[in-house]
Amino acid sequence: MGGLAGNRRLMPSRTTLHAWLMLTPALVLLIGFTHYPAVATLWHSFFSTPRANRPARFIGAENYLALAEDPVFWQALWNNLIYAGATIPLSIGLSLAMAMWVNGKLRGRTALRIAYFTPTVLPMIAVANLWLFFYTPDYGLLDQVTRALFGWGPTNWIGQRETALGAMIVIAVWKEAGFFMIFYLAALQAIPPNLYEAASIEGASRARVFFRVTLPLLGPTTLFIAVNAVINGFRLVDHIIVMTRGGPDNATALLLTMIYDLGFRFWDTATAAALTVVLLLILALTAALQFIFAAKRVHYR
Amino acid sequence: MTQITRRAAFLAGASLLATPALVRAQAVRELTFYYPIAVGGPIPRIIDGYCEAFQRETGIKVTPVYAGSYGETLTKAVTAIRGGAGPHFSVLLAAELHNLRDMDILAPFEDIEGAGNLNAWTDGFFPAFMANSKAGGKTWSVPFQRSTAVYYYNKDMFRAAGLDPEAPPRSWAQLIEAGRKLTQDGKWGVKMSNSAGNGQWTFGAMANQVGHKLMNDAGTETYFNDPRAIEAANFWRGLAFDSRITPQGTTDWGVLAPDFLNQTTAMIWSTTGNLTNMRTNARFNFGVAGLPGKEGPRTVVGGGNFYVFKNATPAEQAAALRFARYMAQPELAADWCMKTGYLATRPDAWETESLRRYTAEFPAALVAKEQIPVATGELSTYESQRIYKALNDNLQALLSGSKTAERAMADTQAEADRALRPFRRT
Repeated sequence: MGGLAGNRRLMPSRTTLHAWLMLTPALVLLIGFTHYPAVATLWHSFFSTPRANRPARFIGAENYLALAEDPVFWQALWNNLIYAGATIPLSIGLSLAMAMWVNGKLRGRTALRIAYFTPTVLPMIAVANLWLFFYTPDYGLLDQVTRALFGWGPTNWIGQRETALGAMIVIAVWKEAGFFMIFYLAALQAIPPNLYEAASIEGASRARVFFRVTLPLLGPTTLFIAVNAVINGFRLVDHIIVMTRGGPDNATALLLTMIYDLGFRFWDTATAAALTVVLLLILALTAALQFIFAAKRVHYR
Repeated sequence: MTQITRRAAFLAGASLLATPALVRAQAVRELTFYYPIAVGGPIPRIIDGYCEAFQRETGIKVTPVYAGSYGETLTKAVTAIRGGAGPHFSVLLAAELHNLRDMDILAPFEDIEGAGNLNAWTDGFFPAFMANSKAGGKTWSVPFQRSTAVYYYNKDMFRAAGLDPEAPPRSWAQLIEAGRKLTQDGKWGVKMSNSAGNGQWTFGAMANQVGHKLMNDAGTETYFNDPRAIEAANFWRGLAFDSRITPQGTTDWGVLAPDFLNQTTAMIWSTTGNLTNMRTNARFNFGVAGLPGKEGPRTVVGGGNFYVFKNATPAEQAAALRFARYMAQPELAADWCMKTGYLATRPDAWETESLRRYTAEFPAALVAKEQIPVATGELSTYESQRIYKALNDNLQALLSGSKTAERAMADTQAEADRALRPFRRT
């Protein structure tokens, strides 16, 4: 009798054990590379940076207060909002336009698709060096073109406050749009042609077809792309590190470049941890907003 | 059977551990060092050659890792050391002394086995280059790729503008006058860098040009608020906004040499380390001169020293010191000077036959050496990277017109005070 009861208790626990075993590889990776670093970062952000003769000590929110007092932080935050606010809609809009264009029947379609996709496969460092030449004053490509077309003088595109951040945004959009285009292209080809046939029988205008048929059916893809674009809006900074190091006078400083400066140039790891927590909060908040919005608006078939 | 094998293995291991350090010192076969490159030209090949020669003589293989600019090399070295797998020694900015000591990663040379009579050796360097090496009664580095800031000028462009190519500007007023004549459509009179990692060097020279030093020797105070610092900043701003002989905005260090070689800039403020690069690649007549001062030439020293890290084993530290001594031999230092333009760091190297012959035939190589007496030390403080950034940010704001000289210097000083406050208590 007792044996039977024990056996019954054993059965579910063995299933559970199996389940845990199956989950282990993913769990180890998630804990090791996602959850532990996040918790450790939060923990370290409440301590001072350890130095040669001064070990770390608990200082509460002092690192956060130091950030709030630092004008560079506010500038980086503001820059980052502009950067994300510009790259997200621009790259999504551009990628959709490109996808529509290469989805149609036209000559050299494959070549065009490859051309649009090329920036995506280039490493960001190579892209940055390429654009360094484009932006070089006097003999750079952009200055040569503007001189020939409008007779402009040399412009220090990435060396002056007015144009530096815009120049960085252009590169990010150029880099991202081709990648997003691939997703839109796949989604466009999955839309059943009979919907378009029905629309043409009804005599709907092209704009109406786009807004009533194409765009709603691209909803899930747009959500996916938007999430990626938001992440990239805070993550894609390699070209800034290569080209301007956040300069001139922090005009292109973003949260991530500031974390790099704090953590790996000043070795102020505690303040860097605090800033990382701030960045995590911003990202978590935007992700939450996106999914709340998406639950209402995006239709899955 | 197994028992004996195991015991034998244990004994072998134990005896290895018990081997005196002296014997193990000979067992060092490989060393890694990080090496920053700040100028054009085939520098890696030259360093590789010295490492091979060192290996032929000592049997120790030295692997140089070219790690980017000075700032990048510092980041890589410190990151690797904190990760437990760093280089054994490195060339880093001489001015990082306070910063590196604060990180507690250096091995003072006095503590290295077989250091012997250090003073007899270190006294043989130019004192100006040893200024950033000693602190707290110990030696933390020795000079290697050292330079002074000088300027290169295009003699052909001077002649075309009606200037005497043999009488380059020696004062600020002369610089502005010459610059006005040299600046024309698409061509700049003069360029100097205010980009991240480089502006502080240029500005250190300018401060010295009005007889001002930006920091104290202990590296705990900075003096950006001083009227003379503001005067220096105003001079720089004036070049871009009043006489308009230099571009506004940020001028990257990396464009200086190419712009000069492409003849789009008549004068560049650069390092003597670029001399051989210029000599090889310039397709026009060029000259080298000491930077102009408010009254007469004044400049700043710069460049990198050898540092040995304390995470290396005693034997590896000893081998690294041996390499540093090897590189400082007069013949080798002279060879390095001729191949790159960096200054031979010891007076005895300048007495060698080869360097005497070289300077007789190419007198430009002597200009940098003649600048040593009028050179000040590079800006060197605790938290140096933070203070460099504060200064360079403000120099960029100054040169793009968004801040006045007074504002830029006051903001730099405020940030420097904030960063240095913890170091003043002790």
